[in-house]
Amino acid sequence: MPIPLPTVNLIDISPEIILGVFGVLVLLIDLFLRRERKGHLAVLSLIGVVGAFYASLRLWGSSHYAFSQSIVVDNLSLFFNGIFLLGTALVILMSVSYIRREGINLGEYYSLLLFSTLGMLIISSGNDLIILFLGLELVSIPLYILSGFARTNLKSNEAALKYLLLGVFATAFLLYGIALVYGSTGSIKLPMIAKLLSDTAVSSNPLLFIGMGMLIIGFGFKVALVPFHMWTPDVYEGAPTSVTAFMSVGVKAAGFAALLRVLLTALDKLQFSWVSILVVLAILTMTVGNVIALVQTNIKRLLAYSSIAHAGYLLLGLVAGSRLGVSSILFYLVVYALMNLGAFAVVILVGRKGDQNLHLNDYAGLGYRYPLMGAAMSIFLFSLAGIPPTAGFVAKFYIFSAAVKEGFVKLAIIGVLNSALSLFYYLRIMVIMYMREPEKKEVLPILFSPGLVIALLIAVLGVLYLGILPSRVLDLATSAIRTFLSG
Amino acid sequence: MELTLFVIFGAVAVASAFMVIVSRNPVVSALFLILTFFCLAGLYVLLNAQFIAALQIIVYAGAIMVLFVFVVMLLRTGKEARRGYRLIFQKSIGIIFVVLFLLLLGSITLMVSVTGMRGPYTAEAVRHIGNTQAFASVLFTDYLYPFEIISVLLLAGIIGAVVLAKRKR
Repeated sequence: MPIPLPTVNLIDISPEIILGVFGVLVLLIDLFLRRERKGHLAVLSLIGVVGAFYASLRLWGSSHYAFSQSIVVDNLSLFFNGIFLLGTALVILMSVSYIRREGINLGEYYSLLLFSTLGMLIISSGNDLIILFLGLELVSIPLYILSGFARTNLKSNEAALKYLLLGVFATAFLLYGIALVYGSTGSIKLPMIAKLLSDTAVSSNPLLFIGMGMLIIGFGFKVALVPFHMWTPDVYEGAPTSVTAFMSVGVKAAGFAALLRVLLTALDKLQFSWVSILVVLAILTMTVGNVIALVQTNIKRLLAYSSIAHAGYLLLGLVAGSRLGVSSILFYLVVYALMNLGAFAVVILVGRKGDQNLHLNDYAGLGYRYPLMGAAMSIFLFSLAGIPPTAGFVAKFYIFSAAVKEGFVKLAIIGVLNSALSLFYYLRIMVIMYMREPEKKEVLPILFSPGLVIALLIAVLGVLYLGILPSRVLDLATSAIRTFLSG
Repeated sequence: MELTLFVIFGAVAVASAFMVIVSRNPVVSALFLILTFFCLAGLYVLLNAQFIAALQIIVYAGAIMVLFVFVVMLLRTGKEARRGYRLIFQKSIGIIFVVLFLLLLGSITLMVSVTGMRGPYTAEAVRHIGNTQAFASVLFTDYLYPFEIISVLLLAGIIGAVVLAKRKR
């Protein structure tokens, strides 16, 4: 029996192909490089990331399905590609000197980073539950390995094992959810599921609702929503700092990309049902994240709980489910990537070999000894807290106003109260930086490597630019969802 | 007939999967895992997917499990693997939720009939084109892209295994 081959247009997946090719290339060139010259691989990976970014730019404006409707190439997926690639580029810049200091400068590091990013790109264009599942696995498996990359560090081993075991557990939920949704609708293509749900016999099937709940659990684990957040602080603390930065931004954005596609494209008809689940999750996530962050003394754990809280704010946009809600999620993710990666860049700068110097007290007096770095950290912390001249304020403003416009006033009030609460622990770091004398007298000077300085500069300029002139990126985010919600 | 076979295979699969977790000896766990794989293969046959059933036995029960058993025997995880934590609170809460969840699922599956669309590959259609052909024609056309993604996924897994297991440099 001859099999008619489908028409395949490789241009549609050119960003993915470029990243994949560079991932393999890094692996091959790694063989011929001596240990101290592995930094060249970072340059090569950056070229790949920029190339994928350029390919995404070239596709901007297209809106069609490809590969027998497995993927959808639209502005939403391309905007997400931009967020992922921006985050990865910053992480690569931050990694070069960090992994040399920690003695884990292996070529495989960059290639795993690229493969994980490739998984994110696949998720953002996924139009089919299988693609979303595989994309999420391709994001996670390299990250399980990267968390344990510091093999001699016990905490890193613990992080990798914990992330692997709990991640696999969550994946099982996701897979079971996919099976139940498929069983009750008969399709795995997202638009097709939406079409089949107009039949009330299908859309009232209880199995479908259980499937939906399990999908939310599976994705909720990846973005660290509250009842499924237990792994976050331990994994964020134990993993190498550059990997933590990558996880906190990339995986979160990828999880939200998947949630947007599944909930708003496929299960749009069940909105009445999933909104009530997400409202509870949002309140829990914001509150628990912020309250526990108050008592943290380790900067990585503090940022872990802060990232949980930010996932809660992001859920507000999804609960609103409107055009404004989705575009403000996109804007928030861009801002979050810049400010969070910036904060982690400072954590890397202050840190010492073997992941030392992560206690909040190690930041005492830093604001005077390194005024520029102190100023940068203050900008990131102000932005994370959401204080006006910075981008964090604009992002929170839009996401809360989206929730208010759709009638979730109480939820928005809880969100605002929570960000007031978060001000306490963000400002505490600044108080320590500027108003407390260092305990130890002899402190090793901080080594500013070019990669880290560039990453810090990009993050600072980005946060300030988006805080003062947000309209261009907001317009982009609005045009990104034009085809997504109308069709 | 089909239903009884389904229940038997399903029950044995779940029971042996449970034994994989609870048995203290890793080799016994591995053997129970083989039993689970065989039951899954039986379920595939009931679904008229003989080709996948054969793959399941050859690849999983055959190749992968042999590796598993070898690794377990070579590592000789003797005493340390047996030390268990008690965690009575977590266990009891876990058991309560599992039972509730199973009751929920069970009552629902008894209540509702299958809704949703039927695919093009009914039992007759598959018998007509042939099992392997039907499988291939879907895998290399509609699911071409997922198929390629899996290759990258496996590559990432291999890199990880090498990185984590390599001797100290």
